[in-house]
Amino acid sequence: MNKFTGIRGRIWFKALTGQASSMPGDPHSVLTADAPIGEDKARFLCVVPDPDGRFPCARRGEVGLEEAYTLAARVREAIHADKESTKRPIIAIVDVKSQAYGRREETAGIHLAAAAAADAYASARFAGHPVIALIFGQAISGGFLTHGYQANRLLAFDDDGVLIHAMHKEAAARITRRTVAQLDKLAETVTPLSYNVRDYAKLGLLYKLLHVSDPEDPNAEDVSLVRHEVIAAIQDARKTSPDLINRIESEAARVARKASRLVRARLAEQWNH
Amino acid sequence: MEQFEFNYPAKRKVLKKSHIGVVGSGDLEVLLEPANDAAASVRIRTSAEGFKSTWKAVMDRFFGQYDGAASIEINDAGATPGVVLLRLQQAVEASER
Amino acid sequence: MKDPILTREYLKRRSFIELSARDRAKCLFDSGTGRELAGPFDRIESPWLAMQDVTPEADDGCIVMRGTIGGQQAVVIAFAGAFQGGAIGEVSGAKLTAALDLACADNEKGIRTSAVLLLETGGVRLQEANLGLAAVAEIISSIIALRRHAPVISLTAGTVGCFGGMSLAAGVSSYVVMTRQGRLGLNGPEVIEEESGVEEFDASDRSLIWSIFGGQQRYDQGLVDALVDDDADQIVKTVRDLIAQGVPPVHRSEQVDLYRSRITALDNSRQWNPEELHSWKNQNKKENQ
Repeated sequence: MNKFTGIRGRIWFKALTGQASSMPGDPHSVLTADAPIGEDKARFLCVVPDPDGRFPCARRGEVGLEEAYTLAARVREAIHADKESTKRPIIAIVDVKSQAYGRREETAGIHLAAAAAADAYASARFAGHPVIALIFGQAISGGFLTHGYQANRLLAFDDDGVLIHAMHKEAAARITRRTVAQLDKLAETVTPLSYNVRDYAKLGLLYKLLHVSDPEDPNAEDVSLVRHEVIAAIQDARKTSPDLINRIESEAARVARKASRLVRARLAEQWNH
Repeated sequence: MEQFEFNYPAKRKVLKKSHIGVVGSGDLEVLLEPANDAAASVRIRTSAEGFKSTWKAVMDRFFGQYDGAASIEINDAGATPGVVLLRLQQAVEASER
Repeated sequence: MKDPILTREYLKRRSFIELSARDRAKCLFDSGTGRELAGPFDRIESPWLAMQDVTPEADDGCIVMRGTIGGQQAVVIAFAGAFQGGAIGEVSGAKLTAALDLACADNEKGIRTSAVLLLETGGVRLQEANLGLAAVAEIISSIIALRRHAPVISLTAGTVGCFGGMSLAAGVSSYVVMTRQGRLGLNGPEVIEEESGVEEFDASDRSLIWSIFGGQQRYDQGLVDALVDDDADQIVKTVRDLIAQGVPPVHRSEQVDLYRSRITALDNSRQWNPEELHSWKNQNKKENQ
């Protein structure tokens, strides 16, 4: 079972940027740094656990109110700064347990906070910034929608510590009234249910699966490989349209997302009488 | 999931297709279309298993009174016979309006 | 004061909430102009439900209709709360995204086309997990693309409400319309109680639920643009007016500094009475005067 530790984000943030802190005035749960990658200077962002965070329900790596608005602010800052110049890549390092589940959060409209972050990332992408998501740990539900899922290109480690899903397994089992073993069995034939990143890759949404020796203790070669792939992803993103159409046009998507493609074709046929 | 098909003789031409209902808990949807030949057929998909004979009885009753040459499709999520007959009647009415 | 129940207006009122998703979509259009696309007879169903012993629906619980609203081209996408709680699967999500993208393409050709989303949805359909979640991400992106050209209006009337990932879709919309019966939030009461305990949220407390998630509260705290009665005519008029109003100069989800400062100003040491956040709406009013 994948236990969320929330350490991969911080480890890789440091490895890729040489920095390890939040920007002045920001909560300690959001790390932001501008650092070189290839020919570019990119803005790296990461959400990490902060046991001293202001909001009790957002101290263990959940994306809460402050995290979402901070991400939105730092992404928009980059959009604004680069308005008349080269659009810097924006790189989301993703290891998030979930969104924050709390009464304060709902009262203060966390749905809008999450929307604001997704909006910022998408707006950056539409403005021409290559947005890359590095899914190095967990990427669950609202947390992932808020931080990472609006990227042009999604990359993930081929590793059991990488978990991309709509809901954690125990909760999903409870709600769908099955056992965890039953869910695992179902996932063998129902690919979108699987918790295995290799099955996720079959859906055609991922740009690349990366293989490193140890995601939690990367050596120089690991870091170099990741940097190399990020640079390739940035170049690839710059060559194509700023929408998410690559997620449905990929080779794997042509198989796994046949129904989505049929929907698009049918609606287009019928759009004008 | 179970799937059954039943066929019945039919006389009357059906004018237009109709769609009724929603696959909600205890409910069903009915898609009714004119059939190609002078016969009626109904294909049922249901998540409530073990009720084939009940379905047959309900369909026998319905087609005993309805003589349209229709091709009917039912997607069911555990509706009672009463609700099934109601939805079928609604679908027939909508196809004859 | 006249008893509202007995006034003629109230008796003539047509409930919007009691209408099916299809009928809700239909009633928004100028008479006779609503036309369904990829409807039940196209039979584009979920490829994932039958293998899990769940009966699929021929339209996958999503109705797409084109026509005119107030004389302007519009597309309405309605989720059937009665099917799988309106939750987003591969097909229903793809219908929404495709409709938004086609509307966007028409705008780029000079045909102004707005979108109205009838959101009665619990979020991602767990039986389709990762394809549902991916669909929601694509929906959010397509709303952001379309809303540059024409308004995207989210309408949540009840009874299901708008929860989960689709609350972000409401969040990035140009305008949000709700009834008092409707609810809007990221995590529903049961989920919060499950994840954070009954002390954090007692999901059996209905008045608590509506005091936080209900349309009246969301309107009073400035997160909803129009609060309407459960009255189809009033709702149609409201949608028409918002389409005529056009794209707002700035979208709510773009106002990051404003909302960030509001969160910073909150006293995190305690829970808040939802009324304390009504000042947000009053501030909005002041700034817009």
